[in-house]
Amino acid sequence: MIEIKDITKTYGSGEMALQALKGVSFTINDGEFVAIMGPSGSGKSTLMHILGCLDIPTSGTYFLDGKDVSKMEDDELAEIRKDKIGFVFQSFNLLPRTTVLRNVMLPLIYAGVDEENREERASTSLLAAGLTKTHFSHLSNELSGGQIQRVAIARALVNDPSLILADEPTGNLDSKTGEIVLSTFQELNEKQGCTVVLITHEQHVAAHARRIITLRDGVILSDHRNRPGQTT
Amino acid sequence: MKFGDILQETYTALSANKIRSGLTVLGIVIGISSVIAMVSIGQGAQSSIQSSIQSLGSNLIEITPGAQGGPGSQVSSGRGTARSLTQGDADAIASQVTNIAAVASEVSGRYQITARGTNTNTSVDGVTSAYPQIRNIQIAEGSFITDQENTSLAKVAVLGPTARDDLFGVGAVGVVGQIIRIKNLEFTVIGITVSKGSSGFNNQDDMIYIPATSAEQYLAGNQYLSTIDVQATDASVMTQVQNDITDLLLTRHNISNPAQADFSVLNESTLLATANSITQTFTILLAAVAGISLIVGGIGIMNMMLTTVTERTREIGLRKAIGAKQGDISLQFLTEAVALTLVGGTIGIILGVAISLGVSYSGVIHTTVSWIAIVLAFGVSAIIGIIFGYYPARRAASLNPIEALRYE
Repeated sequence: MIEIKDITKTYGSGEMALQALKGVSFTINDGEFVAIMGPSGSGKSTLMHILGCLDIPTSGTYFLDGKDVSKMEDDELAEIRKDKIGFVFQSFNLLPRTTVLRNVMLPLIYAGVDEENREERASTSLLAAGLTKTHFSHLSNELSGGQIQRVAIARALVNDPSLILADEPTGNLDSKTGEIVLSTFQELNEKQGCTVVLITHEQHVAAHARRIITLRDGVILSDHRNRPGQTT
Repeated sequence: MKFGDILQETYTALSANKIRSGLTVLGIVIGISSVIAMVSIGQGAQSSIQSSIQSLGSNLIEITPGAQGGPGSQVSSGRGTARSLTQGDADAIASQVTNIAAVASEVSGRYQITARGTNTNTSVDGVTSAYPQIRNIQIAEGSFITDQENTSLAKVAVLGPTARDDLFGVGAVGVVGQIIRIKNLEFTVIGITVSKGSSGFNNQDDMIYIPATSAEQYLAGNQYLSTIDVQATDASVMTQVQNDITDLLLTRHNISNPAQADFSVLNESTLLATANSITQTFTILLAAVAGISLIVGGIGIMNMMLTTVTERTREIGLRKAIGAKQGDISLQFLTEAVALTLVGGTIGIILGVAISLGVSYSGVIHTTVSWIAIVLAFGVSAIIGIIFGYYPARRAASLNPIEALRYE
C-alpha cells in the first residue's frame, strides 16, 4: 500500500528554486491499476521518481507498505527498490549482448537469490509477461520492441514487488505493440493482483487503468475511477 | 551480490570489448614483463661480475707499490710505479702476519715474445710457486713454476691458453718442451694453464708465467716486486690481515704517517662490494625505467575504466534502479580493473621469465629470475588495478540513478 501525504519537491534554492511538486497526497491500495497523467512539466516524472524511491521528497511523508521511505539514505532506498519496486522504462534499458533470461535474473543477483531459484523465478515471470521459452536464450538486442518491453516487464515482476512502476512504457512502441504491452499490464493486474502505476501523458494509454490521477503544475487536478475499455 | 556473479559480470563486460581490454592489458604486460626481465638481467650481471671477481682468487689481498717519488717529492709518476716492495717484504708478511694461507710475489711486465717465426706482445708475470693457489690457476699440461726453479733462476715459462694459441696456433699440442724467446732470451715451456675466461678488461688467459727471480734478473733488471698477493685463511679475517700487513710494511719502510704510505693494500672484498653497489645501482635504474612503464600501463587501465563508466552510464542507472547498492557497483568496476591487471600481470610474468631465459640462452648474461621479483610483480599489478580502478569505480557508484537513466 502506498500512502503519500503533502509531498513537495523543490529543485535548486533561492530565487532559482523550482517547485516541481506543491503538496500531493493520495493513497494507492494493493491490487490497484493507476495511471498518473499530465502534460510535460506537470511534475509526473518527479512524482514517479519519488514513488520509485529513486529520489526523496523535500517535505511530506511517503509510506510504502507501512514503512516511511521519505527520509532514507541512498543505500536504504536501493534496498527498498530491490525488494518492493519493479521498473519498466520507456527506453527498455535491458543489458545489451545479454540473454533474455539473464536480463530477468539481474534483480535476483542483487537480491542474493541462489542460482537454481533464479532461473525458475525468471522463467515464471517471463511466461507471465507473455513470452515463450523459445525467447529465453535470445540476446536482448535480437528481439522486437514489444518483446523487449515484455522482457522488461518480466524483469520488473521477478522480485514480487509491491509496486510495478511503468514510465511511459509505450512511448517507444508503435500503437499496436503498445496495446499488447498495455494489455499485459492489465492481465498482470487482474490475474496476479499486481499493483501497477502507469505514468503517461497520453489519454488512450491512461484509459487502460482503473483509476486516473491527473497532475498539473505540481498539484493533483483530478483523481477518478475509470472503467477500462478498449480504445483502438 | 555473490563473488561468482561478480566474476561473471566482469567476464561479460571485459569480453564485450575484447580489443580495448586486450590493449589495456598489453600496457600492464609490458610493464610487468620489463620489470621482471630487467631485475633478472641486473641480478644476472651482478652474479657474473661477482664470480669473475672471485675467479681472481678467493680471500685475496693485493699489495701494490705506491707512487714513485715518495714523501717530499713534488712529482708523482702514478700509483704502482714506485720501487718500494721487495722479496723481503713478502717474506716478512709470510712469517709475521697471522691467518695467512699463502703469499706470492709478482714481477710483471709486457714484452715481445717470439717462437718459431710467430710473435706476440703480452704480459709476462714473474711469480713464485704459491701463485696458482692464490689466483685459482690450474695446470692443463706440464707443471707450474717450483721454488727450486725460482732459486736457480731457471729460464722456464708457463703459458696461458691465449698466449699458447698466439705463439703456436690455436689448440696446439705438444707445446711443453718448446722454446720461446722473451727479450731475446730463450725460455723453455714447462706447462699450459687451464682457461679462466676474461674478467672485465683483462684477459687472464693471455699470460706467460716465469720464475719471479728470473723476471727480476733477466727482464726487469732490478730487485723490486710489482705485486705481492696474499691469501687470507678465511673471508672473516680479511680486514685483520689487511691491517696487519699495512702496519708491518709501514714499520719496515720507516713511515710514521699512514697517509704517506709508499704502497697500497687492496682487499678483494672491498672490490666485490664496490662492484656490487655498481650493479645494484644499474639494476635499480633499469627497474625504475620498467616501473615507469608499469605506471603508464596503470594509467591506461584508469583511462579505459573511465571510458567504460561513461559508456555504461545507463546500465549503471538501471542496476541502481533494480536495487544495486553503491558498494555493489564500485565492487563490480574495481573487479574489472583488478581482473585486467591480474591477467596482464600473469602474462607479463610469463613473458618476463621467457625474456630472461632467452637472454640466458643467448649467452650474453646468465640471468637469475627470483621468486621475490615474481611475487612482487604480481602484487604490484593487483595494487595498480585497485589504485587506478578506484577512482572510476567510485565515480560509477556515485552516479545519480535518475540522471544515469536519462543519460544519452
